[in-house]
Amino acid sequence: MAKIKYHMLVCGGTGCHASKSEEILKNFQDLIKAKGLETEVQVIKTGCFGFCEKGPIVKMMPDNTFYTQVKPEDCAEILEEHIIKGRKVERLLYKDPETGEYKSDSRHMGLYRKQIRIALRNCGFINPENIGEYIARDGYQALGKVLTELTPEATIEILKKSGLRGRGGGGFPTGLKWEITRAVKSDQKYVVCNADEGDPGAFMDRSVLEGDPHSVLEAMAINGYCTGADKGVIYIRAEYPQAVERLKIAMRQAREYGLLGNDILGTGFNFDIEIRYGAGAFVCGEETALIHSMEGLRGEPTVKPPFPSESGFLGKPTNVNNVETYANIPAIILKGAAWYSSIGTEKSKGTKVFALAGKINNVGLIEVPMGITLREIIFEIGGGIKNDRKFKAVQTGGPSGGMLTEKDLDTPIDYDNLIAAGSMMGSGGMIVMDEDDCMVAMAKFYLEFTVEESCGKCSPCRIGNKRLFEMLEKITQGHAVMEDLDKLRNLSNVIKDTSLCGLGQTSPNPVLSSMANFFHEYIEHVSDKKCRAGSCKALMQYIIIPENCIGCTLCARNCPVDAISGERKQAHLIDQDKCIKCGACMEKCKFNAIFIK
Amino acid sequence: MEKIKSLADLKKMQETLRAKIDLREQSNDPGTRIHVKVAMATCGIASGAKEVMEVFIEEFAKRNIDAVVTQTGCMGYCYAEPTVEITKPGYEPITFGYVDVKKASKIIDKYVLNNELVDGIIPVNYETIDNN
Repeated sequence: MAKIKYHMLVCGGTGCHASKSEEILKNFQDLIKAKGLETEVQVIKTGCFGFCEKGPIVKMMPDNTFYTQVKPEDCAEILEEHIIKGRKVERLLYKDPETGEYKSDSRHMGLYRKQIRIALRNCGFINPENIGEYIARDGYQALGKVLTELTPEATIEILKKSGLRGRGGGGFPTGLKWEITRAVKSDQKYVVCNADEGDPGAFMDRSVLEGDPHSVLEAMAINGYCTGADKGVIYIRAEYPQAVERLKIAMRQAREYGLLGNDILGTGFNFDIEIRYGAGAFVCGEETALIHSMEGLRGEPTVKPPFPSESGFLGKPTNVNNVETYANIPAIILKGAAWYSSIGTEKSKGTKVFALAGKINNVGLIEVPMGITLREIIFEIGGGIKNDRKFKAVQTGGPSGGMLTEKDLDTPIDYDNLIAAGSMMGSGGMIVMDEDDCMVAMAKFYLEFTVEESCGKCSPCRIGNKRLFEMLEKITQGHAVMEDLDKLRNLSNVIKDTSLCGLGQTSPNPVLSSMANFFHEYIEHVSDKKCRAGSCKALMQYIIIPENCIGCTLCARNCPVDAISGERKQAHLIDQDKCIKCGACMEKCKFNAIFIK
Repeated sequence: MEKIKSLADLKKMQETLRAKIDLREQSNDPGTRIHVKVAMATCGIASGAKEVMEVFIEEFAKRNIDAVVTQTGCMGYCYAEPTVEITKPGYEPITFGYVDVKKASKIIDKYVLNNELVDGIIPVNYETIDNN
């Protein structure tokens, strides 16, 4: 039997499907059969290539030829030229928009440079439970380099020049933070890794810890060397058992290899790490609350200053950095500040990991250079909106962030632009919403989360957020009046201005940004008692259209609360007072006689 | 385990270890073995990656196929978990999505043995820093 020599991958994503990829697939199959090539060429439908703009895509393997905008009538030519004669069909190749050059190999195309994996460089590549694989990929070489070739000052200088900023959300320059901690004199200092990832829909840090735990350990040791600390503590939530397990294995292996402990690499530098568990409180991602929790106290924030760099864990100078920040550091040390700062925008350098979630086709984890647009992330990498619905908004920055809409799709993403657009970078959660999502209900969802997670220490956050939530509840129930909208806005601003820590200062953001972008939806809820997305149940009514109803009684028999009445073969009626809006009647009706108002 | 005493020792060690992952670094060396990587982060395990990994290990042993099965972290294709990346000597790595126990056997029958692809391939859309 002849062995398959060519694979033809035809994109079966929604975008390409819409431009006839199904027909292309069939044409290839027919042609291959006609020419008797079934034993040598195989055609296969794949998932989205993320290059929907130039679809339909056909990719030839093993030579990686990437054909774009293929039409069903091109199939014969591709088969004849590429497979039989071994020549590429130039006119269908991707043409570089800048140089005008044809790119035959997909690996040289701009699109595939849209994702650059630095923090995730080893995720999904190495076995995280085998230190050998990490070492084989330059692991611990950055630590070796700083210990033997660089002074702490020189190392900090590299980080400052690289432009790396805190990836936990605040965006504070990492090198500067290290320099401040270094400058404080103390007999004992600590290095802390903040692995308390709490935004709903965010899982970047967990994935780094599960996929490449050694990169974090190595960077913490480098941090210890630079700031003058010999102890590191990882604060991680107990809900991440897999990450904890992998961290423990990594720490054990690093100790066995002498890469943690005393006299690391024969340089006299001592550094060891321990793990502290959190109980999964959102506020403990705030560094002062995190430190209290590590000390065994209640996870409540305190006013800064003093900053942890001066007085942190057990009253000693403490440098807190986030998981993703750490994961970038070994690569920066080895490849240099100039390399890192060549990626990104003027004020935000390097890459950012985002967790794509919500109504998007390719839910997943991506790492992209700063300065990429939301459009590229959502429609090219993310494969567009699920079920061909219309894009409505995307929430960045989790419950502390805001909603970005159609008008922000082409804004280059960096720390400053997102703030200007009324949201924030946050830790990198990105929740995509479509036309079926009600913006008032979304704001309420986030508020419910902050009310739950508020530590209760300061009254604007404890009481204010609760009141905000109640007002939103009132709006979605259809009991609100127009004055409530003013109150909602005023209270939001008060909470923002007067709360003690970042949690309270940002918690009204989803309300404010949804009001700024979707005020008409608020008004509809209040004055018309209508939810255009159809998601606020209290504002919905299931109605039977008498003309369509034949009186089959199916709906009445399936109603769990006996809200439907009517004689056999007569039009039925739904009692709105009894109806619980479960939708069972509409599901059962075979005559499209029930609709939602 | 002997401790690593210096940067020079670490670099020496890297040289010997590098050979083991060379397969993934440069898949053009035809002399090496088939490598199967199963994404085993929380998301993968929750959707059954452990069972899938067992199928690969057992089937390879049963059919006497010379292959290495390892676990790895999240590949980022959370919508298509469990995901498995297979690198055959001389071929580009291919990532399969939605791999359940049944599909794992199908992949062995079709792709590993006959070089025939199966549905659910995920086009790789990123590059790591090494390729720059």
